[in-house]
Amino acid sequence: MTAGRAVLPAGAGGAGPSPGSVPVGLSKLTVDRSSRWSNGALSLGIVAAVVLAVLPFGAGASVINQLTQLFVLALLAVGWNLLAGYGGMVSIGQQCFVGLGSYAVLYLAQHGVLAWYAVPIAVIGAGVISIPISYVAFRLRGGYFAIGMWVTAEVFRLTIAQVQSLGGGAGASLNDLSNYSPTTRDHITYWVGLALVVLTLFAAGLLLRSRIGLALMSVRDDERAAEASGVNIVRTKRVVFVISAAICGGAGTLLIISNLQVQPDASFSVQYSAFMIFMVLVGGMGTFEGPLVGALVFFGLQQALSSYGVWYLVIVGSVAVAVTVWLPAGIWGTFDPRRRRSIVPLRHRVDYGDLVVPARTARPGATRDARGTAPTPGER
Amino acid sequence: MIWLNAVVQGLLLGGLYAIFACGLSLMFGVMRLVNLAHGDLSVLGAYAAYVLVEHLGGNPLWTFAAIVPLAALVGYVLQRLLLDRALAAGELSPLLVTFGLSIIIQNLLQQGFGANDQALNIGTFGYSSWEITPNLYLGQFEVLVFGTAVAVLVGLQLFLSRTRQGRLLRATADNPRAAALSGVDTKRARATATALALSTVAIAGLFLAMRTSFTPTAGSDDLIFAFEAVIIGGLGSLWGTLLGGLVLGVAQTIGSQINPADGILAGHLVFLAVLALRPRGLLAPRGAMA
Repeated sequence: MTAGRAVLPAGAGGAGPSPGSVPVGLSKLTVDRSSRWSNGALSLGIVAAVVLAVLPFGAGASVINQLTQLFVLALLAVGWNLLAGYGGMVSIGQQCFVGLGSYAVLYLAQHGVLAWYAVPIAVIGAGVISIPISYVAFRLRGGYFAIGMWVTAEVFRLTIAQVQSLGGGAGASLNDLSNYSPTTRDHITYWVGLALVVLTLFAAGLLLRSRIGLALMSVRDDERAAEASGVNIVRTKRVVFVISAAICGGAGTLLIISNLQVQPDASFSVQYSAFMIFMVLVGGMGTFEGPLVGALVFFGLQQALSSYGVWYLVIVGSVAVAVTVWLPAGIWGTFDPRRRRSIVPLRHRVDYGDLVVPARTARPGATRDARGTAPTPGER
Repeated sequence: MIWLNAVVQGLLLGGLYAIFACGLSLMFGVMRLVNLAHGDLSVLGAYAAYVLVEHLGGNPLWTFAAIVPLAALVGYVLQRLLLDRALAAGELSPLLVTFGLSIIIQNLLQQGFGANDQALNIGTFGYSSWEITPNLYLGQFEVLVFGTAVAVLVGLQLFLSRTRQGRLLRATADNPRAAALSGVDTKRARATATALALSTVAIAGLFLAMRTSFTPTAGSDDLIFAFEAVIIGGLGSLWGTLLGGLVLGVAQTIGSQINPADGILAGHLVFLAVLALRPRGLLAPRGAMA
């Protein structure tokens, strides 16, 4: 993970394999991004991905199908977290892109593209269509942005319900995958889902480590200060809005190729927003790992409580309220094993050696990465 | 004449949306809080009235006397117990808390009453009307709703601009810290605002329940319409909210006149058009809270 190191220009041995260092008084100040924890986690993640990739050869059909649903949840959570946790934009209209992703696959399949091949096109399509949407939605802020996105989703739902070639209000089935045996179909769909999740995590990690990621966190933490430091707020937000839309679109494509049918009310259901908010809040908003933890928790809840019908949603709502008020950092933010050494190396960490550690570096707020990190020259 | 009728019915419907919207506007104005459970609380009020009528009988119109004060009390307690904590927890927390609340209310209602339509039947008053011309009727109930809407908005405006309590609310809205330093009990001011907002929510919810049938999930649409009315009119202006409600109502009835399935969509499109062309709303506010 040498790429993760920032080097202080004043220090000696800048480009060497060792972390950049600068003599400060009697101690050494080192800036680093990766850690033993993060390197271990990366290896573990690669192992997990490989195990998941070969799983269809050993596991039963129900396991594979359930994991596919878990992939959907993970995509939704990661997509919403990028937007709200890093971009500071709470939306209750991301189901807009879930539905558009599903319907894009349907449309392409109707026009001769095999549904699996339609997935990447639909993902990109969801990202592209979010650009004009952002120009209208960004005129609203805070809660009004949240509902404005919901209205946008409703417009698409009501419009698509009138398009007869897409099945109108009753919805339509995806027929072109029925030539394959159910096992083959489920396996390929599973792999498509796994690929989407891995790519999404990889892209999200790269994004957050980039200049844009840093700008994003600074905007979230203090918009005025970020602007004064030369961050183009609107452009930064738009980038994350588009990427989040593409990820939610990915969840939509996975939904249609696993359920093989779509219906406007279900595909554009505001319930997806409820799920996204729940997973991200419970897992830990504004952390990389949190949404994945949240997706696992939610998946477990779904399995455990689905027989209780409506009560399970009452519990989902109550937990969301309780976590927001009493555990605002979420599970990951609160129980992060190494607060300063996130297992996904997104931020720079200053090791002050035997210097007295400033209070705010010692205990960065769980959702305040950009603030908790000491500024490193050459990167603003 | 069909079109004139659509416009008139739209204006009457718009009055109802304006009552819905002014509560949203008030809470946002005083504490920058967007209450995503707004619509669900109105449906909760409708179900409460439904239960009262089931047990005590009589014309549902009397339930206003019970539900509106009850809603005010619920609002006061809700603010003190939950929303104040949410406001303290961060900028985005109130959104998440009220959205959670919305899910809880919807699903509890679904559990208690099932997903079927319910209605509050107010008897012949519900469909009596005055004939203006052979093609233009004014429903008596609709006129009552419209009159109430104007009364509620004027009353709220006078309360905010003329009374001591209203002044405290405006001070809290302008600068909570300065208001607190000057001796304003800002907690109480916020709770008062929520109590007032929920009273208007209850009024709107009962009217809506008497006008058409309702289901546990009807609150989502109510919230969206209220929100659209606020934005179309312009954030922070009560007169704007009234105008926004009227514009939305007319857009919906004209839309349904063109194609019965397109009423709501037409409302959404007018909303998006206003947002694109006049992002500050039709009546941009002059002060912090008009």
